Amino acid sequence: MAEKKSWLPRWFYQLASPRWCYEFMGRLLPWFGAGALLLLVAGTVWSLLYAPADYQQGNSFRIIYIHVPAAILAQSCYMLMAVAGAIGLIWKMKVADMVAKSCAPIGATIAVLALATGAIWGKPTWGAWWVWDARLTSMLVLLFLYLGVIALHSAMESDATASQATSVLALVGLVNIPIIKYSVEWWNTLHQPATFTLTEKPAMPTEMWLPLLVMVIGFYCFFAVSLMLRVRNEILRRERRASWVRTLLDKV
Amino acid sequence: MNQPVSNAGVRPVNPGMAGLFWAVMKRDLMLAFRRRSDLLNPLIFFLMVASLFPLGISPEPTFLEQIAPGVVWVGALLATLLSMDSLFRSDFDDGTLEQTLLSPQPLFLVVLAKVLAHWAMTGLPLTLMAPLLGVMLFLPSEGMTGLMLSLLLGTPTLSLVGAIGAALTVGLRKGGVLISLLVLPLYIPVLIFGAGAVQAAVTGLPLGGYLSLLGAMLALGVALAPLAIAAALRISVSG
Amino acid sequence: MSFNSFSEFLAMGGHGLYVWLSYGIALAIVALNLIEPLMARKQLITDLVRRLRRESSN
Repeated sequence: MAEKKSWLPRWFYQLASPRWCYEFMGRLLPWFGAGALLLLVAGTVWSLLYAPADYQQGNSFRIIYIHVPAAILAQSCYMLMAVAGAIGLIWKMKVADMVAKSCAPIGATIAVLALATGAIWGKPTWGAWWVWDARLTSMLVLLFLYLGVIALHSAMESDATASQATSVLALVGLVNIPIIKYSVEWWNTLHQPATFTLTEKPAMPTEMWLPLLVMVIGFYCFFAVSLMLRVRNEILRRERRASWVRTLLDKV
Repeated sequence: MNQPVSNAGVRPVNPGMAGLFWAVMKRDLMLAFRRRSDLLNPLIFFLMVASLFPLGISPEPTFLEQIAPGVVWVGALLATLLSMDSLFRSDFDDGTLEQTLLSPQPLFLVVLAKVLAHWAMTGLPLTLMAPLLGVMLFLPSEGMTGLMLSLLLGTPTLSLVGAIGAALTVGLRKGGVLISLLVLPLYIPVLIFGAGAVQAAVTGLPLGGYLSLLGAMLALGVALAPLAIAAALRISVSG
Repeated sequence: MSFNSFSEFLAMGGHGLYVWLSYGIALAIVALNLIEPLMARKQLITDLVRRLRRESSN
């Protein structure tokens, strides 16, 4: 009888094994760690020392090298959380559930970073510690969505039920994000006639967007490190009864 | 009393989709009517919340008429949110919900009918009561049509999205504030355009755009929310 | 280099507070997200080893 070939590649099924994932992530960690360290240090030095100051905003413009990567990361993290949740929901893959659960706290703290840097940037630019600017308000709503996912997860006792419920919530949030963004932007144009937005990215010369790119990639590497650390913890916790975990613990 | 009954002469009735829908709605409306006091609570809350603003800030007519659209909308939003917990709870507690999930009837329709019945008992009365609040907050009379229409289109969406939160938390002992945490960010677009519609009506601008957007959100809600609600109910009941 | 002296670097043209506060918060949050899982791992392994030892002694 001919073997039925699935359209899904082999590594997809390997991903379903928590043990395989644990070991694979263990091997990836040093690389991403080194990458994150290198890129973030180089990026920071570049942003603080070598990048030019902005003509209008002066040196406070350097905050962009933190604010923009954080904002991009906060949004990508939510998307990953929703996609991982969907995969866990559809294919009942435990590791996908663990990835989704681990994304939430990281995403929330990064959203806080984006908000904090956005607010701090506002002070020298607008003279106020907070502005209800469209992008900042959308980021605030994104933080609320993260906090909702975290709250729902912690309210449920069973891991499986919690993962399913938060996956549904994350997907509902994902569908709503474009709607929220559009409505907040519209609301903002109505109430703020200013033409220059706080986080607007003007056409940047190379000396400015190159360090930004380095910082963005560096932040992504850092995110990968933090995520993998948390997922490995989750795997150990949930699979503690498995024999491979016991062998691992015996060696400790 | 002991006469034998047979189904021999009875013609089988297939109620179909519409029949199922109305049957569920009728049941929920009847059950809601039996607890009439519960129906009043959201309305009283609505009234109280709106009164808090003049008390907490200032009763100046010029000030209040500026914030009236937003305050009435926020009040309606919070009142709807508060009433959401009871949507599935009584059915969950007595096991009816589990039976509904096990039945072969399409869950989409059952859920839609329940939410619509709930809206008829909360969102609709809120909409009808809104002009009273408008008067209390010195909303100009031009704003009243905008208020009613935006609430008419907006409150069903609020009920639908709120039901997702209710379905996710129905299995938990303390739903309470958690529902608000989950649902409030999702309410923001409806609030923005609902309050915006009232503002537009007050300043004499055309309402068409706002109402179309609210209508579009409602259409999206009717199409997608029941799917999320059904999935959430299955998770909550089996969890 | 965009700055001529170290004191100029610190002052950031008057915006020193904002720039350093932002970078400081960023450092804190990055550190938090790395230290927290590492500490949790240590705690988890200690707990699991202890539980394993208890079960094997029974």
